[in-house]
Amino acid sequence: MFDWIQHLADWLVYEVLSLGKGNHLSEALNFFIYDTTKILILLFVIIFLMGIVNSYFPIDKVKNFLSRNKLYGLEYLMASLFGVVTPFCSCSSVPLFIGFVKGGIPLGVTFAFLITSPLVNEVAIGLFLGLFGLKTTIIYVISGILLGTVSGIILQKLKLEPYLTPWVKEVLETSQREQELFIAEKQSFKQRMPVIWDEVRKILIGIIPYVLIGIAIGGLMHGYIPKGFFEKYMDKDNLFAVPIATIFAVPMYSNASGILPVVQVLVAKGIPLGTAIAFMMGVVGLSLPEAMLLKKVMTIKLIAIFFGIVTLCIILSGYLFNVLL
Amino acid sequence: MAKVIKILGSGCPKCQTLTGVVKEVISENSIDATIEKVEDVMEIMKYDVMITPALVVDDVVTIKGRIPSKDEVLELLN
Repeated sequence: MFDWIQHLADWLVYEVLSLGKGNHLSEALNFFIYDTTKILILLFVIIFLMGIVNSYFPIDKVKNFLSRNKLYGLEYLMASLFGVVTPFCSCSSVPLFIGFVKGGIPLGVTFAFLITSPLVNEVAIGLFLGLFGLKTTIIYVISGILLGTVSGIILQKLKLEPYLTPWVKEVLETSQREQELFIAEKQSFKQRMPVIWDEVRKILIGIIPYVLIGIAIGGLMHGYIPKGFFEKYMDKDNLFAVPIATIFAVPMYSNASGILPVVQVLVAKGIPLGTAIAFMMGVVGLSLPEAMLLKKVMTIKLIAIFFGIVTLCIILSGYLFNVLL
Repeated sequence: MAKVIKILGSGCPKCQTLTGVVKEVISENSIDATIEKVEDVMEIMKYDVMITPALVVDDVVTIKGRIPSKDEVLELLN
């Protein structure tokens, strides 16, 4: 399917730039051109598809759906699934949190959404497909969704409402389930297209620098780290590898586009996939900046519990990956 | 009468881009309007906005969670 990209890369490097086959520079350049082209095409396709879904399920509709319907336990899974198709930047996490709580959506369901959304989104899926192939992508997406769902259920069971900041509690008391039916915007696909297209363009332009830098760093590491380098320290039998990788990752922040190309090289050099994915989930899903933002709505104790549970779930899924793959 | 424009958002890069777009439209078309940046989350929540940035014109939320084009802003202000 991607043969033509390889031909393109070969042609550019060997014919247009007339670099000799087999030397370090030309091979690295060839790899870089092939990888970036393939990944950008996949990203474009996935972002576009998600843009269409998102256009029909905007955040207000999601909120109304979760608020209005009694789903008998399925609401956690639904919130998690909605998290996948709803792009939001971490600067919106506070208004989003309040909006959900205000709509009478249980805390655990809100958490399920907030956890899955940064972990599994259009950018992460596109990159995963490009770097790891279909099978790993499917497993990643499913585990990301389950991680949000399970963490949400646990957090709900802990009855954490008392640990919200006072003004959020006030909001909670006056919250009400949405009564009015959502008036669906009756727009044809044709009318929606310009807006969707515009979003796709903006997201792509926004992440291209990260993807390029990520792949460049990945390429450098590829050349300089000997194969199997990490195996000594982090083989599957080392039980501490997953927790250590996760705990290191939690305070750090990067979006999926920056971290994934690096993760791919780590895997190529011998780090077990589960350990690498746990690391990536820790970087993308939780971070110190996010904790600072959440301080507006949660007490330190609640943030600690929230981070603790999610970290635990990430570690568990890391082990699970290592066993399954 | 001068229009009251509010830009809701807690200082993310997108909110600054939106502010820039609105300012340009106002000065290019010499529209009589005041711009106010609303960064306090409690204030933002009063408008029921869940994804920032948002554009509020005369207390009506017109754009949520995305950056509109200049033409779109101009249309909203007229």
